[in-house]
Amino acid sequence: MVSENAYVETEKITILSRIKNTTLPGESGVFAALMVMCIIMSIASPYFLKTVNIFNIMRNMSTIGIMAIGMTMIIVTGGIDLSVGSQMAVAGMIMARMLQNGFPIVPSLIIGFGMGLLTGFFNGFMISRLKVTPFIVTLGMLSIARGMTVFFATGTKGVGVASNITVKDPFVNFVGGGYIGPIPFPVIIMFVLVFIFSYFLKNTVLGRQIYAIGSNEEAARLTGVNVDRVKVLTYTFMGFLCALSGIISAGLLSTAATNIGTGTELDVVAAVVIGGASLSGGRGSIAGSIIGAAIMAVLRNSFVLLKMPGYMQTISIGAIIILAVTIDTLRQRKQ
Amino acid sequence: MNTDTEVLVECSGVFKQFGGLQALNDVQLDIRRGEVHALVGENGAGKSTLIKILGGIYKRDKGTILYQGKNVKYESPLEAIRDGIAIIHQELSVLLYMNVIENIFMGRMISKNGILQWKEMEELSRKAMDLVGLKIDPYCELSYLSISQRQMIEIARALSIDAKLIIMDEPNSSLSEGETEKLFNVIRNLVKRGISILYVSHKMEEVLEISNRITVFKDGRYSGTSKTNEVTVDDIIQMMVGRELERHYEEGLFSDEVVLEIDHLSGGVFKDISFKLRKGEILGLSGLVGAGRSEICRAIFAADKHDEGCIYLHGKKKNFKNPGDAIRAGLAMVPEDRKNLSLFLEMPIQFNMNMANYPILAKRGIINYSKAKGEAENYIEKLSIKLRKKEDPVKSLSGGNQQKTVLSRWLATNPDVLILDEPTHGVDIGAKAEIYKLMRTLTGQGISIILISSELPEIIAMSDRVAILHEGNLAKILNREEVSEETIMSYATGIRGAAV
Repeated sequence: MVSENAYVETEKITILSRIKNTTLPGESGVFAALMVMCIIMSIASPYFLKTVNIFNIMRNMSTIGIMAIGMTMIIVTGGIDLSVGSQMAVAGMIMARMLQNGFPIVPSLIIGFGMGLLTGFFNGFMISRLKVTPFIVTLGMLSIARGMTVFFATGTKGVGVASNITVKDPFVNFVGGGYIGPIPFPVIIMFVLVFIFSYFLKNTVLGRQIYAIGSNEEAARLTGVNVDRVKVLTYTFMGFLCALSGIISAGLLSTAATNIGTGTELDVVAAVVIGGASLSGGRGSIAGSIIGAAIMAVLRNSFVLLKMPGYMQTISIGAIIILAVTIDTLRQRKQ
Repeated sequence: MNTDTEVLVECSGVFKQFGGLQALNDVQLDIRRGEVHALVGENGAGKSTLIKILGGIYKRDKGTILYQGKNVKYESPLEAIRDGIAIIHQELSVLLYMNVIENIFMGRMISKNGILQWKEMEELSRKAMDLVGLKIDPYCELSYLSISQRQMIEIARALSIDAKLIIMDEPNSSLSEGETEKLFNVIRNLVKRGISILYVSHKMEEVLEISNRITVFKDGRYSGTSKTNEVTVDDIIQMMVGRELERHYEEGLFSDEVVLEIDHLSGGVFKDISFKLRKGEILGLSGLVGAGRSEICRAIFAADKHDEGCIYLHGKKKNFKNPGDAIRAGLAMVPEDRKNLSLFLEMPIQFNMNMANYPILAKRGIINYSKAKGEAENYIEKLSIKLRKKEDPVKSLSGGNQQKTVLSRWLATNPDVLILDEPTHGVDIGAKAEIYKLMRTLTGQGISIILISSELPEIIAMSDRVAILHEGNLAKILNREEVSEETIMSYATGIRGAAV
């Protein structure tokens, strides 16, 4: 009898310790927060859980989510890209201008993506080869690309021409505003990219090198990582994702506007940071960043459904950024 | 009052636990006024934990600490400093871009009505600097000073707060021999003024030279205190590890085949370096700090560019553009500064092991994780790395196990030439012995090793030949039979050799 009790006792301990030792993935905290928000909202508003609303939320977050993929990689290397909103605008605008001038869709798309790759490459080149800090280079690009957007919209004089260009191409409109079944097409693009690049970061040499650079750049170099090349690649890829977002947004709104994406860089950085990435590099995940983007999108949607004033939404998003990072910092310190 | 026997600090029955680890288990320590008390023990013996408890950084779980007869329990480092306990950490905590005065008065600048009193502070700074024998402009930024001078500033800061106990954690780990001698002179002066020093170090020779008494910790327990003049190095090592450390040269099995040839290499601080490394050989690279040992190896590994000269690997001329090229050609380098140049501290242990080898573990860029895991487990067993889970961050390991993690990273790349820069720096004696054994096993498998070390006994015990540098020049290459501490030092200091 005694021995049996003792046996039960040890069994209990092993189960307990096993639960304790199971490390939850880093994203579980933000995921739980997102779920709590959804539960509260589904009680507060009967409309919230309707399929149409859910897919609306997802569509609204898709461009930020797509750019957050690239931003996660950049922030994991210890960098930052403040120019994503402008890069997105200029790529969408140059494509719209080409379409309006009668070019077929394929060359217009190639030029649009080419523009994103070019602005991204410029950022990466300045940062890795010339060693200018990412904050400054991309702050400059934020302005340069915005100015170029206006140039492509209005021409050399910069006055007297409409600043918005209508986009009527059926393919672009489908990419931005189309559906497959009930699912908006941009949402599908976002999830496909999320899966591919989560796999990429975890399972490829290049993906691991991105983490190595953010964790200790000099050690990475001495371990054979071509640091400059990896950095150029991440910024160039960011430019590509910005172009994709610009094209999606042009398709969705049927317009390329000069002010599109203004301030978006803050949303994208906020999504990545809420998702648990560290601005000093080495830590972060795409899954976390997407959940971060979702939290902001659900919040925006909630304020609309509950008919709360817009300023409260802006304040809340700011508060959530600070709260998320505070909780994370406290958790890190405890460890 | 007899200063010889008056006790300043008396710790007894101190316990401290971190998670599941008992870092301190019923330890004791007493420091008298005006003595240099050395605290020694392997890495993880609990020295740093006790220091941090004394300095108010950690709180003890149990036990008493009597300081000047009062049982003290500091809530913060500030309280300990106010009571006159100053810690000088291994990694100095100076403000590099601030001047000497600001560093000395860090956190307690003298002001009147909010206006800083520079003249007054300058005077007090000069007084404190005099005590440590520093003669520099008090408005000089610390980034212009040498490591040894920065350390002196920290000591001056401790003096200016009227410290009664100065705790020095591995104070000479980055000092040259001359600078260490200077530090010792300062310590002797302080002790004369009645200040007590707790001196924590790995280096036995220096502990024996400077201390009055020695306390030894082993695995978080107290293993004894002795008067320094009554013990030998072997006695202390006995107390630390419970075994005698044997360091005898083993005949190497190298062949005549030349693997690596350095031909008239120049660049930075070193000039016209030529040597050959044979298959299965350990070539010791000796010289004083700053002689260019690490720089030469960094140039070979293409971590830095060199100006002139060639590198031949297996008889073929190589022109590595970056470390990646060198690694693919069969070179590996374990740099000295583990934290800054080797480890990805926050990343898992396995990541740290696999990092150099991912390109080989991958097919078309996609990593084969079962292979990677198998490889990591293989080395964990082979090098007996002590860890909880290989998913834990590598910073959770002790110094010795961290170094073994770095070693396994490089062994996994199957190198022909392994460059080891101070491989046993900050590593406990047990792990040291294992690293020595591993080096011999590797040379037995045909790997050639370049060993940089500041510890002469290590160079002498391990090297088949010793190349000695003096101020960036290759002074001499000694064959096994010619090697002795005296000959190496005479070439390294420039007394002999280099008739250029």
